[in-house]
Amino acid sequence: MLADALIVVAKDLRIEWRSRVGIDQLVPFALVVLVLFAFALDSQQTVLAEATPGLLWVTILLALVLCVQRIFVTESAPGLTDQLRLSGLDPAGIFLGKALGVFIQLLALEVLTVFGAAILYSTRFGSVGSIALMVCAALVASVGLAAAGALYGALLLGVRGRETLLPLLLLPVVAPVLIGATSAFQAALGTGDVTSVQGWRWVGLLAVFAVAYVTAGIFAFGPLLEDT
Amino acid sequence: MRSVVHLRDAVCVLGRFPALAGATLDVGAGEVILLQGPNGAGKSTLLRLCAGLLPVQSGTAEVLGHDLGTDARQVRRRVALLGHGVGLYEDLTVTDNVTFWARAAAGDAGDVAAAMARVGLEARLADVEVARLSAGQRRRVALAVLLTRHAELWLLDEPHAGLDVQGRDLVDRLVRQAAKSGVTVVVASHDLDRSTALADRIVSIAGGVVTDDVDVRSGRRGEPAGTIDDPESADAR
Repeated sequence: MLADALIVVAKDLRIEWRSRVGIDQLVPFALVVLVLFAFALDSQQTVLAEATPGLLWVTILLALVLCVQRIFVTESAPGLTDQLRLSGLDPAGIFLGKALGVFIQLLALEVLTVFGAAILYSTRFGSVGSIALMVCAALVASVGLAAAGALYGALLLGVRGRETLLPLLLLPVVAPVLIGATSAFQAALGTGDVTSVQGWRWVGLLAVFAVAYVTAGIFAFGPLLEDT
Repeated sequence: MRSVVHLRDAVCVLGRFPALAGATLDVGAGEVILLQGPNGAGKSTLLRLCAGLLPVQSGTAEVLGHDLGTDARQVRRRVALLGHGVGLYEDLTVTDNVTFWARAAAGDAGDVAAAMARVGLEARLADVEVARLSAGQRRRVALAVLLTRHAELWLLDEPHAGLDVQGRDLVDRLVRQAAKSGVTVVVASHDLDRSTALADRIVSIAGGVVTDDVDVRSGRRGEPAGTIDDPESADAR
């Protein structure tokens, strides 16, 4: 299963590297959203500072939708799903490979958006402990987002109008990640009423979400692939 | 002769449409079968069913000794399907594509190089993205992918489509070499002149059922209801 996942993720990252869609479109999209939020709340610097964690994660969620669409649209060329089913690759391995591809791209995007927020929103990072909280929250949240994204991406593979259906289905599902990651970041940045201890509790909730979706994906991806 | 494909009254419904409405067919090991029939007759459905990609609603369907109803995944690992869609990643190069599918089938770099050489994918095309290739060149890449699978059963849907004369000759050569090495080949084609020259038997299909089965060399009509290694059927013949 893991060997198959590595074959799939290597292929997906190679496609991204060759097509440059991630670099040419995804990164500018995320930065544009951050800039738009900055324009909208420019006159209220206190509100902007308070809202930074939420704005960051809304931006990441929007970018997630594009990332998942991109990583599954490559599988929609004629004959590809048939070849995937014939390939002998373990469906669980394909799921993990897809999720890993989304995870890697999401992490890179998160690093850029955090730096973008630091510049645009004048965000100040605190102690080493709070940075560790942010890093852990981002890592665990990204696992959950990538797993949910890969699962819903497969669900919509071969469905007409999937481009508009994906955000409609995926965004409500990942709302707990938005809440958990925002709260953890609030604790780390000291922008809300959330304490550091509570921040780590939110990381625990994010971990539960991640485990649930990775497990669901491992078991459900095969039947979903059969139905495409 | 060992039966590689054994269908008895196989029914396959796509949506509400019975694409196969009780197809009966036996194919022995190493045989080359030409499937012919009008558009919508059920040729592509029959090939995809034999690949284990479509469900069997009723009847018996066994491929390579596995029941398609319960064991389709075991069949998939041992067959190769060249369908209408070539199944290639547009953003990847020719080498990337062949390498990915070869690795997925537990192949190695040697398999990739050998397959690309056999289909005449010259060095100048190796690093070209599939999106930049012509339809015929894509077909050649798909043939290279097929070769890397080392399958026991080839299911070829219009394999000559989109190919120039050299490409068509290449397909014929590959099919003959495969049959010689014991691979079973089922070809669905409208290019009857070429495909008849390759085939041991011509199976006609219409309305989702097999309507005729002719041995090319002897001209003898087969009995679609008989099993190749079924003693009762053999006695009856």
